[in-house]
Amino acid sequence: MSAPRRPLPAWAEIAVLPVLNIALAFVTVGIIVRIIGVDLFHALRLLVVGAIGSSESIGYTLYYATNFTFTGLAVAVAFHAGLFNIGGEGQAYIGGLGCGLAILALDRFLPAWLMIPLAIVAAALFGAAWAAVPAWLQAWRGSHIVITTIMFNFVASALMVYLMVNVLIAPGSMTPQSRNFTASGKLPSVHDVLAAVGIPVAPSALNLSIVLAVVCCIAVWVFLWHTPWGYALRTMGHNPEAAIYAGTNLKHMTMLAMCLSGALAGFVGVNELMGVHHRIVLDFPAGYGFAGIAVALMGRSHPLGIVLAALLFGALQQGGAELAFEIPTITREMVVVIQGLIILFSGALMHLPRPWLQWLMALFASPRSRGEVPAQRAEGS
Amino acid sequence: MTPAIELSGIHKSFGSVHAVRGVSLRIDKGAITGIVGENGAGKSTLMSILYGLYRADSGEIRVDGRTVAMESPHDAIAQGIGMVHQHFMLVDTFTVLENLVLGAEGGPLLAGGLAAARAELARLAREYGLSVNPDARVADLSVGEQQRVEILKVLFRGARILILDEPSAVLTPQETDQLFRILATLKERGVTVVLITHKLREIMAATDHVYVMRQGEIVADRPTIDTSPEELAELMVGRKVLLQLDKSASRPGEVLLRAEHLTLIDDRGVRLLDDVGLELRAGEIVGIAGVSGNGQSELLQILSGIRAPTSGRLTVCGRAIDASQPCDPAEMRNLRLAHVPEDRLRQGMVAAFQAAETAILGYQEKPPYCRHYLLDGPAVGAHCATLMERFDVRPRAPGLRSSSFSGGNQQKLVLAREMAREPRVLLVGQPTRGVDIGAIEFIHREVVKSRDQGCAVLVVSVELEEILSLADRILVMFAGRIMGEVPAGRADERTLGLMMAGAQQPAPSEAEGL
Repeated sequence: MSAPRRPLPAWAEIAVLPVLNIALAFVTVGIIVRIIGVDLFHALRLLVVGAIGSSESIGYTLYYATNFTFTGLAVAVAFHAGLFNIGGEGQAYIGGLGCGLAILALDRFLPAWLMIPLAIVAAALFGAAWAAVPAWLQAWRGSHIVITTIMFNFVASALMVYLMVNVLIAPGSMTPQSRNFTASGKLPSVHDVLAAVGIPVAPSALNLSIVLAVVCCIAVWVFLWHTPWGYALRTMGHNPEAAIYAGTNLKHMTMLAMCLSGALAGFVGVNELMGVHHRIVLDFPAGYGFAGIAVALMGRSHPLGIVLAALLFGALQQGGAELAFEIPTITREMVVVIQGLIILFSGALMHLPRPWLQWLMALFASPRSRGEVPAQRAEGS
Repeated sequence: MTPAIELSGIHKSFGSVHAVRGVSLRIDKGAITGIVGENGAGKSTLMSILYGLYRADSGEIRVDGRTVAMESPHDAIAQGIGMVHQHFMLVDTFTVLENLVLGAEGGPLLAGGLAAARAELARLAREYGLSVNPDARVADLSVGEQQRVEILKVLFRGARILILDEPSAVLTPQETDQLFRILATLKERGVTVVLITHKLREIMAATDHVYVMRQGEIVADRPTIDTSPEELAELMVGRKVLLQLDKSASRPGEVLLRAEHLTLIDDRGVRLLDDVGLELRAGEIVGIAGVSGNGQSELLQILSGIRAPTSGRLTVCGRAIDASQPCDPAEMRNLRLAHVPEDRLRQGMVAAFQAAETAILGYQEKPPYCRHYLLDGPAVGAHCATLMERFDVRPRAPGLRSSSFSGGNQQKLVLAREMAREPRVLLVGQPTRGVDIGAIEFIHREVVKSRDQGCAVLVVSVELEEILSLADRILVMFAGRIMGEVPAGRADERTLGLMMAGAQQPAPSEAEGL
């Protein structure tokens, strides 16, 4: 009561707080790792080396980060519109289906330079379409988007199993996979591209989807903060009544935000199917859609923050896999626990260290420090 | 006699903001003391310190001559200090009695506590003349009655010192008078009352003694009978203030907005607007008076395109609008109709946006803010800087969050945005709600200025004084209907007050005779 809560400056909000959150998560991880009898620093070293120790591991880290960036951006765009899109998983799945169908239909006729953009557009359209149904239900029927997007994840999963087992399965195959894409339906991997210009790197799953991810980051940033539609979208998210007052049609804006969100999630399918598997497979979204929520939360729904958060999640995914491989007592599930703790601390417990930080800042603030708050703020009458 | 409360040398800073600077005052027992000052002068902070919500950085609080430490509202309540907040803290779905015992239930079973409370309520009602039906649901009570429940709640806890923070903000003139009668009764029974307000009329009508605060300091204290509204206004603002708006006669031109038989029926079948018709001509200000909640908000929503009427016709600058040809707010803007909404925080701005972003709300797709599908950041910033300069918005910081500005400056920014594009029709809802005196004067002058430039202005306000000083013609609304029209020259507060309560307009011949 006695200490007034002053808002943190922007730099502390964006940089210090997330780092503090991660540090707290790692302290907790350390305690758990200690309990199961593993030397924390040994484990940590393995994790870091596993994530960024070689060009191969860096490649994998970036490849995972690409997926996290897509889903993180997807959640962020919807979030700015005040919508909580939990359906990234399903939208990624159906986006992949769109991408795969386009390639299966056309890869024998079209050259790569035409096939690849077409497949990317197909992924975006299918992802957007899958998000459009819950968006329509919310905008016109008032069904809550959190509920409908979750349900659509299950619908997508069931639909994909049906299609893979009954329709798209390659003739004579025992596993539910489509036929392989031909060369024009494959996105070049980064190590091939770099080798072509004379830079040898170890092969990894990293492919040119990462370029798409960077383009998406910039596009989302420009859209949200530098176009009138992004402005209207953010207005709706902050204050729907003000958006109505400003002449924005909330129904249309809900559709736009969710379709963009779904399209971004759909690009996971590009990375996975066109970039790595080179055929349609089951279960490729593998939780990226859900992790996107944590990525967006941690990145404060800003593209730059999302990239940083995605890199961290990518590194954990890759380093965690190495860790599980090297130390038998640390199982795959243990790695999931570590990721879960980071999500917990940077998501649900995001604001935990805020009062401590405010207290610290107040302690060190010089009395003449420039207040962000003007004099009028002191009284709220 | 020892004063009920004595404050000496109270200081309070929030970071770099020195909100209360060495305030000393004494509040006499059994009297009504007013504390008056502009928004941001430190009144509420001071009272929050007294009520234990904030702790003073330094200084002393004495209650009945004893020094006390106010660590929390519990201490204040223990000292017999109670506070009635500006926004009611009542549970709508509970009865009066249930609200009364909230936080003082008196045991694990409610029945005992409720019975005791019922007896106590009856005693309080007798002693202070505060009658409320204990079994009525709070949601069914009028605003004035709800406030009475708030006061009862405080008295129920045994308060002998009552702090009221801007109590009349939500009341009609008649309800305010009623409140003052209650306060007078409380005073007779020995209760000490502290009234915080920025309305001078109330200070003059209700208090025995008044303290004036400006920028965190007490700049004057006077027995109320020895001062005047003009002197208090000058002390509050720190310079001479014209309370009477000085404007020339209107020269009405062509009809720019015409509403015919507007009716609005909501989902539950409630008739919110009933056959409303009005005309708005270029170069005149039409004022709509009425107790809040009698259809004015809905009328503004329809006129600005936010809501479509159930039936009826609207013509704005030659464009016909009805159920078959709707018109959204964006198109209304294109017809050069501007709208300053009643509730700027909820409608007129986005609290989290920078001032520069708020300054283009609704115009984001128009040049020069938007070129080639992209927002032009420098142009948006420069536009905001121009508006701030012209309308004296302080601080002049387009990059600052909109919510960081004071109410008056937010309102000036919204008004500036809507007036900047020289509208032909200007709708203004509650132009000066929560705005301090210095800014009220400025806003009124700007509204008159745009009228003189040929704009058709509609002002909706629950402040009768404001309608009386601004409008050229006055329409009174009651229960969704327009009760009648009074030319500003012939209007007086009593007649309008009666019409606002649903009385028919006096017959024209009678009005002519006045």
